[in-house]
Amino acid sequence: MTSQPDNRDAAAWAQPVDRLKVSDVAPGGRNINISGRRQTSPIQGFGRMWQKTYRAPLGGVDKTPQQVIEVWKQHFPEFWPKGNSFFAPLAGIAPGEVAALDLAMPGGLKLSTGVLVLYADDESFTLMTPQGHMFAGWITFSAFAEDGVTFAQAQVLMRASDPMYELGMTFGGHGKEDLHWTHTLRSLQTHLGGEGEITTQSVCVDRGRQWSKATNIWHNAGIRSGIYMTAAPIRMFARPFRRGG
Amino acid sequence: MTDTTIRRLEVRAPSPGCSVIELAGEVTGASEAALSDAYDRAATPGTRAVVLDFGSLEYMNSSGIGLLVTLLVRANRNHQRMLAFGLSEHYRQIFELTRLDEAIAIHETEDAALAAAA
Repeated sequence: MTSQPDNRDAAAWAQPVDRLKVSDVAPGGRNINISGRRQTSPIQGFGRMWQKTYRAPLGGVDKTPQQVIEVWKQHFPEFWPKGNSFFAPLAGIAPGEVAALDLAMPGGLKLSTGVLVLYADDESFTLMTPQGHMFAGWITFSAFAEDGVTFAQAQVLMRASDPMYELGMTFGGHGKEDLHWTHTLRSLQTHLGGEGEITTQSVCVDRGRQWSKATNIWHNAGIRSGIYMTAAPIRMFARPFRRGG
Repeated sequence: MTDTTIRRLEVRAPSPGCSVIELAGEVTGASEAALSDAYDRAATPGTRAVVLDFGSLEYMNSSGIGLLVTLLVRANRNHQRMLAFGLSEHYRQIFELTRLDEAIAIHETEDAALAAAA
């Protein structure tokens, strides 16, 4: 192995993990479909690979990119659209922390999953998805200055995790995702008192589907969340009979 | 965005059908054009393997890892293998964390990477 002079980025990356572990979930969050799941990059996904870039100018905001990221990390859950919940790690958005998510699905269902904070420095942070999440990949939130204006950006690199999610993404899922991140950026923009048109750019990086990954459906958090919710009455009935219950 | 990372990357062809891209300095989102240009020069007709040399890498963030994924897609599309060598323990761990090591074969030295690519 090569010894390199320094790794300035070392503190910004999560420590190596084989599977996600959740020690404490923020109040309201559920550790469902998170613990024991492996993190997934776009390489492990099934569907077409997309790179989507959502960008919001923060016109009139006198903040550096670092200050914008600081605010974004602190208030991240507040900027999400209604019906979707991000239960921030108790230690905040820091490398290696795991957050629980509840995402609104059609029919009033909630999809419970999580994300690993893969990378976080003072100009960006990246969330990586686990097995069972709608997509395999990561999303990077960053801020930068261009021509005297500070911009906030969310960039997704993903493949739908399995055939069912790919179908869902094709029939409305991509649009829903666009709305989700546009709403998030607009909320950040409003919070900071900025203005400017939010832009979206979607690029299909790979049109091919990875059929060898079709078995990812076994971990599908949507299906498992549905089973969990359906089984809630049974769990309630069985609670008194559990050891120590 | 910072432009300190935008610079031309060295590309060489140490053996027939095999090209090496030297990832020197910083690899971040701002390296997209430089990395794409390097791949265009590396992926000549007849190139069967593209080898990434991490020996002089000083800094890489998550956007940089994303660029490697898109590079891998281009290589796969062109039926080329992608290999890597010269990773420090730190970057090897990042490859494992991001599971890039499942698609980009990691080798200790250039000779080992070239032998595997042959």
